Amino acid sequence: MNPREWTPKQQLERGIAAGVLVLVLVWPALFGSYWSHQILTETFLFGIAAASLTFLCAYGGMVSLAQTALFGIAGVILGNLVTQGGPGGTSKALHLGWDPTVALIVTILMTTAIGLVLGAVASRSTGIYFLMITLTYSVIATYVLGQVTKISGFSGIGGINRYTPGWIGSILDHPNRLYYIALGVSIVVYLLIRYVVRTPFGITLQGVRDEPLRMNSLGYNVPLHRTLAFGFAAFLASLAGVLYVWWSGQIAPGNVDLPETINLLVMAVIGGLWRIEGAWLGAFAFIVIENYVRDFQVPGLSFGGTLFGGSFNTIIGILFLVIVCVSPGGLMGIWDRLVAASGRVRGAAPRVPAAPAEQ
Amino acid sequence: MTDYAESVRGRADRALRLRAIWRQVPRVLVVGAIAFAIAYVLFITEVSPLSGGGSWRTTTFGSAVHDPGSFLKIVLDSLTFASALFIVASGFALIFGLMRVVNMAHGAFYLLGGYIAYEIQQSMTGQGFSIPTSEVNTWEWLLPLLVAAPCIAVVGLATQQIFLRWNQGQELRQALITIGISVIVADQIIAHFPRATSTVAQKFGGNAVSMTWPGWTDRFVDMHVWNVEYSLARLVMFALGVAVGVGLWLWLYRTKAGIVIRAGVDDEQMTSALGVNIQKSFAIAFVVGSALAAVGAVVWASQSNIASGQDGQWLLNSLVVVIVGGMGSIFGAAAGALLYAFVLNFSASYLPVTSADCCGQYSPIFTFILIALVLAFRPRGLFGRGG
Repeated sequence: MNPREWTPKQQLERGIAAGVLVLVLVWPALFGSYWSHQILTETFLFGIAAASLTFLCAYGGMVSLAQTALFGIAGVILGNLVTQGGPGGTSKALHLGWDPTVALIVTILMTTAIGLVLGAVASRSTGIYFLMITLTYSVIATYVLGQVTKISGFSGIGGINRYTPGWIGSILDHPNRLYYIALGVSIVVYLLIRYVVRTPFGITLQGVRDEPLRMNSLGYNVPLHRTLAFGFAAFLASLAGVLYVWWSGQIAPGNVDLPETINLLVMAVIGGLWRIEGAWLGAFAFIVIENYVRDFQVPGLSFGGTLFGGSFNTIIGILFLVIVCVSPGGLMGIWDRLVAASGRVRGAAPRVPAAPAEQ
Repeated sequence: MTDYAESVRGRADRALRLRAIWRQVPRVLVVGAIAFAIAYVLFITEVSPLSGGGSWRTTTFGSAVHDPGSFLKIVLDSLTFASALFIVASGFALIFGLMRVVNMAHGAFYLLGGYIAYEIQQSMTGQGFSIPTSEVNTWEWLLPLLVAAPCIAVVGLATQQIFLRWNQGQELRQALITIGISVIVADQIIAHFPRATSTVAQKFGGNAVSMTWPGWTDRFVDMHVWNVEYSLARLVMFALGVAVGVGLWLWLYRTKAGIVIRAGVDDEQMTSALGVNIQKSFAIAFVVGSALAAVGAVVWASQSNIASGQDGQWLLNSLVVVIVGGMGSIFGAAAGALLYAFVLNFSASYLPVTSADCCGQYSPIFTFILIALVLAFRPRGLFGRGG
């Protein structure tokens, strides 16, 4: 941990990271609440969801489109467990009215278990096949939530953020608490991923990513490692889902449908699929664009109101297309290239994990 | 020493035998579940009383033995839906099988093709939003199809030549690129279709439109079995599906171009080493695959409707068909489409209806079970090959 032993690039990056950390820590005290309670909180929680995707892609070689579905499943489970119905709670759900803390733990456990089952089904498939299977998970989750009206229905569940655990208190009255919780969970998730990929499990997983056949002949259970990695990613996605329902108060099939699934992928890709940091960077870029470009209309391509196409989605689609064509590593890839190109760090070994082998 | 070796071998043998039995368990369970499903549909279910409520075996229809007419209708529904599925999904499977490109924009192409055909039919008939079937002749249905399919073929070709040709083999990147294209196309469809709604206020009505079958299909055909009368339009749809299937089969298995394409599916490098212009095959595959999306869109827009947002649904349909059926084979696409359509329709019609407000639709769950079962035994799909 001695800064003098770090490569110049590490010194630079960790310096920037420390600066950003200090900035976001003091942000709510110094700057406006719109940025802290809307943009940054949303960035943190979608960053966690995107990080679960980036983790699977960078270290498992699995591009999963099911992370949005797991994120939504966690939200729906929590909504069913904690809400109490009655006056003001007309939305469809089971309204079990559990203690929020117990419900929180059960939600995370259940989502992780669902992730393990889904992962087990998909674990023998790789590459593009895996992508397709996880995409069907996501679409099927949308339809299940929409059509099984006992647990959600198309209008979804509302008012979930009124039921937070006592040790957190009301996040409606104290939005800063949610901000710091999201920030703290983001940091913990980042450190956890960094730790997990250094454990024997993480190293094996990277072996499975690069050489599944060889790892199999060495006696490692390849599908099991993929399943466990998927379960871990489901755990991360469930954290993001819980934070999301606390933040927005509601969850509906519209939160896990195909456009949302693609949005999460866009965040991860814009940030960079090969570095965990990219998840939050991509989420930040996406959400800033979403908030400030909503009303901009592409000349000649838009219709009228922002609801009617031709604005935000076209812009984000073009941006996504450009990034995928120009820099598959996303913004972090551009950063890596810039640093490598600048003379200050000539000769330094890149510490980027190798690109997942194309299969 | 030998005793020890014997005992070790005996233990190993027993462990292996146990494991062999254990390995058969899922197979037995699956066979049992399928047998139960068939028995359930054939004999066990009964019609639910109109007031709702009832036991676990009440459904909308009675069992196939008691109510063979409904059963036949659902079989026909499944067959005709499967043919629409097959038309769309075979295009997806063709592109995927030959080029390993997962064309995520297939659903967006489907939607675009449907809207182009709709606009042409509107301008040909000069009618308003909904056209009476009797006022549409065959030509007014066929021409939109014949224009929309080449339009989408050109869009597909452009996509392939501009965005996919230079990064062949990078499957993930290509999938991401087609996702980007699908986002843009879907958004532009919302902005520009249908043309008739020109004000913001009209746009609030959504953009679901449907095409109209030619007038002569608007009647019911007596099937002469169990007093069933069935829609001629759906039978036409079935015939179209079969025609597309037979056409693809003749093209892929009976012409030189088809042989080259199948060789490309099996071994791309070897085929091009033999002097075949594989790039041309790739372009042809994209042209035909995209055109099939438009054909499927016209067929299904005539039967049902199209609206933005359905691009995801039809992408899912194509994905499920290809995942279940296996890639690189039109038989796989046909088998996948049939299985998917039967599971979807039968689970929607024959699952228990216990009360009015619960559980109308279990079908998506059964779609998932279908995928899980197939993948558990054949990770590459029913007709998939190779590793």
